[in-house]
Amino acid sequence: MEIIMSFVIGFLFMAAVYLMLSKSLIRIIIGTGLLSHGAHLLILTMGGLGGTAPPVVADGVSVSDYADPLPQALILTAIVISFAVTSFFLVLAYRAYQELGTDNMNLMRGTEDND
Amino acid sequence: MSLVFLIFLPLIAALFIPLLFKKLGRIHTGWFVLIVPVILFIYYLTLLPTTLEGGTLVSELSWIPSIDLAIVAYIDGLSLLFSLLISGIGALVVLYSIFYLDKKREQLHNFYVYLLMFMTAMLGVVQSDHLISLYLFWELTSISSFLLIGYWYTRDRSRFGALKSMMITVFGGLMMLGGFVLLSIMGNTYSIRELIAQAPELAGHDFFVWALVLILLGAFTKSAQFPFYIWLPDAMEAPTPVSAYLHSATMVKAGLYLVARFTPIFAVSGTWIWLVTGVGLFTLFWGSFFALKQKDLKGILAFSTVSQLGLIMSLLGASAMGFHVENAAETVFKYAGFAAIFHLVNHAVFKGSLFMIAGIVDHETGTRDIRKLGGLMSLMPVSFTIAMIGSFSMAGIPLFGGFLSKEMFLTAMLAITEFDLFSMDVWGLLFPVVAWIASVFTFIYSFYFVFHTFAGKHKPEELPKQAHEAPIGMLISPAILAVLVVAIFFVPNFVGKWIVNPAVAAIQPFLYDSPSDVHVHVAAWHGAITPELAMTIGIFLIGGLMFWTLRKWQRSYDAFPDKVSLNRLYDHFMYMSDGGANRFSAVYMTGFIRSYLVYMFGFFFLIVLSTLFLNEAFAFDLTDLAPIGFYEIVIALALVGGTITILAAKSRLTAIIALGAVGYSVALFFVIFRAPDLALTQLVIETISVALFLLAFYHLPKSSKKEERIGFKVGNGLIALGVGATMTLVALSAHSQKILPSISEYYKETVYSEAGGGNIVNVILVDYRGFDTLFEITVLGIAGIAIITMIKLRLTKKEGQHENK
Repeated sequence: MEIIMSFVIGFLFMAAVYLMLSKSLIRIIIGTGLLSHGAHLLILTMGGLGGTAPPVVADGVSVSDYADPLPQALILTAIVISFAVTSFFLVLAYRAYQELGTDNMNLMRGTEDND
Repeated sequence: MSLVFLIFLPLIAALFIPLLFKKLGRIHTGWFVLIVPVILFIYYLTLLPTTLEGGTLVSELSWIPSIDLAIVAYIDGLSLLFSLLISGIGALVVLYSIFYLDKKREQLHNFYVYLLMFMTAMLGVVQSDHLISLYLFWELTSISSFLLIGYWYTRDRSRFGALKSMMITVFGGLMMLGGFVLLSIMGNTYSIRELIAQAPELAGHDFFVWALVLILLGAFTKSAQFPFYIWLPDAMEAPTPVSAYLHSATMVKAGLYLVARFTPIFAVSGTWIWLVTGVGLFTLFWGSFFALKQKDLKGILAFSTVSQLGLIMSLLGASAMGFHVENAAETVFKYAGFAAIFHLVNHAVFKGSLFMIAGIVDHETGTRDIRKLGGLMSLMPVSFTIAMIGSFSMAGIPLFGGFLSKEMFLTAMLAITEFDLFSMDVWGLLFPVVAWIASVFTFIYSFYFVFHTFAGKHKPEELPKQAHEAPIGMLISPAILAVLVVAIFFVPNFVGKWIVNPAVAAIQPFLYDSPSDVHVHVAAWHGAITPELAMTIGIFLIGGLMFWTLRKWQRSYDAFPDKVSLNRLYDHFMYMSDGGANRFSAVYMTGFIRSYLVYMFGFFFLIVLSTLFLNEAFAFDLTDLAPIGFYEIVIALALVGGTITILAAKSRLTAIIALGAVGYSVALFFVIFRAPDLALTQLVIETISVALFLLAFYHLPKSSKKEERIGFKVGNGLIALGVGATMTLVALSAHSQKILPSISEYYKETVYSEAGGGNIVNVILVDYRGFDTLFEITVLGIAGIAIITMIKLRLTKKEGQHENK
């Protein structure tokens, strides 16, 4: 399963990078969303997908059967942080639309004087 | 009195100059300044008997003991000679400047502060026995010289000249620092004395030639040798006292000092002899040849300084030959070192006086253009006499000091032809020939300088001012120097014994044990027609003839194209480095986010992939894999399908919905892979994110609402593919090579017994690793505050449409 997940993650990264290279701001943000999905799945996969029980203490389940709890805790933190950053970006994009009237990154260059 | 303290005396005095200028403005500030060099000069005179017997004085001021940094003042014959020049000519220059600079119109406090700063720097250079403090003072001379050249900072030419000299001398200074560092690594000490003591061991070291070349670069740039002389003519924009002091008598001799000081270390090398002698001789010829092209009095003097510095440099190079000759102290090879120091003294004396005369002419007629001048002999008789003494000494005419050093120079150059090491026996003949030709030109420009200014026809209509003799105060300093020029001719052996011999013994310690061993007897008349005397007579005859016909052939100088001159090369280099850097940045700094992302991603996958394969780190291991289930495959397909939809979506709405689908698939993965908390969080957060995306989508401006599918771009696709493949490969390799077991066993075992909880993930989040959570909450809080601020604060609108502010 880890092999397949590696390829899925690679595919997510590819799609994310492709979107981030486009000129529309909203596509760039969609790209960052895909990138964080890829990263989260990567952490999970690298921890091993072998556990047969969720990491909640229950009777009759031996210690080795639990899924690895540490990557899950890390991902939980990462999800919240990426959500915070994404929402900030989105509002920034929204404000940029309002002020500049465009979502084309190629137009958001500033002038030669600002260089 | 401590010697180190004396180095800093001018700098300490400089602190009081602005105060004196403000409070006692009625008295010319220069009078207060004059005290400092006079005290120093008298004190250094009292040290002469010590060095005469070969004694030395050392005084040390610890600076940073932990890294062995100290300021060490070390006085031997060489540094005492330079210290006397610096303080002596310094006193005369200050005296001259009192009458040259107007106390009402000029910013005297600036001038004298810079000048005193320079004096400290120069004393520090010549007395330092520590490589690093020598470098420190060396750069201080560059900086104070920069300030002095740019003294009239409202003039473009001054600023240009100051910058040019700064660039070139600081370039050389930095090279020299590199040489010093290599030298200190080789000898494991910073002390020049100790380095000289272990000179034989240094010669075989790998760094030896590097250190040699780098230190020579420093010396050549400072002493205006070919091709670095180009800053000196432009430095003539400085006030004339500065030109007289820095650019003839002291600072430009710092490079000579450096060469002389390091001769005992590097003399063993043929590279050193060839470079120093060759460059010096070529500079001598070049400077003397182009001096005749100049129309400006100070321009002539600048080129003549370049030329004379080349002469001394070549003699210093020749003095290193004494190291390679058996019993050199008894042969003609002894002359080179003596001649170098002797001419150095001569040059400082006569060139100082000539600059002062050029300043007087400028001051009293309003121009320095030699074409407008002429016939001032009867109007300015005293200036004319002094100028004639200086020029005749420069030309090497009997009755003046220059004659003696010119004779010894020719002797030394003739001696080179007898030297049979380093293929000198083949090329050696060039040396006296070039020296002779250069001397002819020296003769001509010396006459050109004095007679085209003072003789000929007076042209009052072309002069801005009515020409008249200078005030007596301005004439004191050049007169003193002129008297010295004559005095040196009549008592050369007195000067030789007290001043020159101790310095020679310091340069050539391998030849002489003490100054009294230097047996060079200077005589104006050797009792017979020697070859050098014949050469001198030839110089007078040919030079006189060529000067007579100067008007006829001087125009041929105009045939030299300006475009291939070294100044053009420098200008072009500066322009290219400025404009070239600008164009280079403009190539890759496009201003488009996309370009920068391409660089980042491109470098990311290239570097990671090449590292992976160069280190053969890629591994593929099929053991310890989780089984592949049906649901996992379905979800994976859904996820990939969602991603493809995003990429292919024509409208943004589809893309957003598909992103939501991807997010929910990830949540389902979390369910399948037994991560309930993650699944919950992911579901909730994906929902909110999609809502936010829709909000942003809804507010798209009308104008750009035109929906268009993004066309496929091959370049972007390749980069994306590279990054994706890299991530897959890294994931596979990382999974296949686990080195240590997970630490999660500890959490699993102790979650109930130690922390009293059942949900291991939650216990990790709030108990084992609670700090992460604290700051994750902070991140969320900051994002919330930032969003509110972004929406509420509308400063630009209130101030009107100030875009880009």
